[in-house]
Amino acid sequence: MSTNFIIDKNGMKRYLVTIKVNGTEYTKLIKANCLLSNFLRDELELTGTKKGCEIGDCGSCTVILNGKPINSCLILALDADGAEVMTVEGLAASNELDIIQKKFLEYGAIQCGYCSAGMLMSAKALLTKNPKPTEDEIRAGISGNLCRCTGYINIIKAITAASGQEVSDSH
Amino acid sequence: MYLPDFDYYAPESVEEACKYLTSFDGKLVKLVNGGTDVIPKMKHGTLTPDVIVSLRNLTSLKKIEYVKGKGIVIGAGNTHNDLVFSEVLNGKYNSVSNAASTMAANQVRHAGTIGGNIISAVPSADLPPILIVLNATVKFVGPQGERVLPIEEVFAGPSKTVIAPDEILTEIVIPDQKMTGSKYYKFALRKAGALAVVGVAAAVEVEGGVIKDARISLGAVGPTPLRAKKAEEFLKGKKVSEEVLAEAGEIAKTEAKPISDFRASADYRADLVRIYTKRALKYAIENGHNG
Repeated sequence: MSTNFIIDKNGMKRYLVTIKVNGTEYTKLIKANCLLSNFLRDELELTGTKKGCEIGDCGSCTVILNGKPINSCLILALDADGAEVMTVEGLAASNELDIIQKKFLEYGAIQCGYCSAGMLMSAKALLTKNPKPTEDEIRAGISGNLCRCTGYINIIKAITAASGQEVSDSH
Repeated sequence: MYLPDFDYYAPESVEEACKYLTSFDGKLVKLVNGGTDVIPKMKHGTLTPDVIVSLRNLTSLKKIEYVKGKGIVIGAGNTHNDLVFSEVLNGKYNSVSNAASTMAANQVRHAGTIGGNIISAVPSADLPPILIVLNATVKFVGPQGERVLPIEEVFAGPSKTVIAPDEILTEIVIPDQKMTGSKYYKFALRKAGALAVVGVAAAVEVEGGVIKDARISLGAVGPTPLRAKKAEEFLKGKKVSEEVLAEAGEIAKTEAKPISDFRASADYRADLVRIYTKRALKYAIENGHNG
């Protein structure tokens, strides 16, 4: 896809970008410095995606880009031109919460909320690829998401439950 | 947070990308692939490019294939997870896929590329040591044409390589091997999201219990990935034994040039080299490239 742009009245280049987010295609004129996280939050007002560390360590900005979880704070929106993105707002198909969201609530896997949006998206990406993950696979699947409350055990239990597997009480 | 302003180009071919690298006089032009190294540097203010040339459209850089007589050809635009899940690579050099899987965390592995990992030239990078022991080559393409060089010769210092400002790294080739086994071990403070405190890669050619050839590369214990050539020489012609491997570790320890920082002291790093050299050799001898 070639890059189309206009020059606005301040002499600034604004580029045409089209990204499909949660099933809807959005076309916007943006500056090159717009990151995907900026695009989602500021252009589309989808503020469910959080910005934490901003350098790719914490995972709170995780979205699913063409089926893969990535840090939306580290990719230019222009580099996602033509891509399909799923954010936490796209998890619930209707007014009803997704099974992963339900199990996060049920197991107390949401505390301060800093990590929740990203944690849910990493869990979604994991379960889409691997519907019955082992505990080790769950731990690896969320290893790029930091929970500041250190509530990992409940998060692992919630993902286990969302996968329809028995939740161990050994912790 | 928004980045400072810059111009953006997304060329459709390597030739076009090379052209952009030289067509903005006096401006800082930066190639971006996955962005996982460049974007944080821009946020920290340590890198302020005027122009970004994105390689996202260069699908020719995203292939991994076996070419007869040449070896496994890995396009520079493959992400770490492309390497982790590549059947071509897993079938022959699981040791390389596994090295890629130790990088950062899942989200970064889905974005960061092998090309970026090499050209960023961070001393603790996980892929260079295993590629060095497998004698991999890289191809640089520029306006003067192509040049192929051993990956070992790419690194010139921390964050420095010998690539010219108008060249692009397009592919990495792992040639067919005489080496019968290889392994990369990473020691880090956590299992995910941590840089190597020490990384050790070893490749061996073993026949009838005798080590015919060995290559050892050390990461994070020098300004560039190092070779432990004295340990390699020591191993040649020796019968495999615990004592021989332990001695190779002792020798490799003397070849490391570690620094002390908040992750570990120089002494500790040197001792890790001793231990992981021995373990990497042992693993490669016992498990082939299935590491």
